Amino acid sequence: MLQIGLEHYLIVAAILFTLGLLGIFLNRKNVIVILMSVELMLLAVNINLVAFSTHMQDLTGQIFAIFVLTVAAAEAAIGLAILVVYHRNRGSIEVEDINLMKG
Amino acid sequence: MIVQGLIFYLFATVAVASAVMVIAARHPVHSVLFLILAFFNAGGLFVLMGAEFLAMILVVVYVGAVAVLFLFVVMMLDVDAVRLREGFLHYLPIGGMVGLVLFAELAVIVGGYFSGEAVTGVHGGAPAMPGPAVGAIANTEALGRVLYTDYVYLFQAAGLVLLVAMIGSIVLTLRQREGVKHQNVSRQVARQPEDVVEVVKVQTGSGV
Repeated sequence: MLQIGLEHYLIVAAILFTLGLLGIFLNRKNVIVILMSVELMLLAVNINLVAFSTHMQDLTGQIFAIFVLTVAAAEAAIGLAILVVYHRNRGSIEVEDINLMKG
Repeated sequence: MIVQGLIFYLFATVAVASAVMVIAARHPVHSVLFLILAFFNAGGLFVLMGAEFLAMILVVVYVGAVAVLFLFVVMMLDVDAVRLREGFLHYLPIGGMVGLVLFAELAVIVGGYFSGEAVTGVHGGAPAMPGPAVGAIANTEALGRVLYTDYVYLFQAAGLVLLVAMIGSIVLTLRQREGVKHQNVSRQVARQPEDVVEVVKVQTGSGV
């Protein structure tokens, strides 16, 4: 029970990933919370990568986690910029209002 | 070993609980604060796994930059917290079902993985980038030795991604507002006296 192995970290990462997915499904109003849920999912992926990297004594996983972190930061910046512009133009950030491309 | 286990359960419990609060909090500001807590605890998990450099990067990049960015945007947009919670229960059945199915699949994968043979690397057991022996060199130094040699092109590409993100967000949020009085330096410098100064001979007693 108190002997912590790879599977403990994998289970934590799986729970975090599922919570991120749930956040995307449940918060159909607020785009900011959806972006935060995406960040949670990326964090879960990073935990998986680092756990396997430690388990296999292989540094590639940690290198990859750094790149995932970079892309997550870029994605957050761009997403929030789009959100700010959208809020400036439409005065709302509700998901159900964002259907301009629906045809 | 017991202390390590207890610390793991502490960090994991707080991380999962704050992740729940991220998606369940009533106000977006609270969500961001719980997201910061989740990142801190994930950093603790990284330290437990021996990835100190990534833990520090996680705290610096996420808590110092991304979470503060989220906080800025949440406070700037001033969204109506009550209206945003509408429809939470409406999507709970399908969302919960998808979440349960996904978690069950992940649990089955993890369970099946560990009931089978031991984990080996892709290259038939030998790690592609073998880590140093424990205690030989620090985690940061080992990462740097690999990152700046074997992965230098990917490193440059990551820098390019960040540059594009920076330029993109600046271009997106830059705006020229109408009716704002501001100084136009090039017009001022290009102004010639003969264009704008008019010498008028005024007849005495007649006015301009």
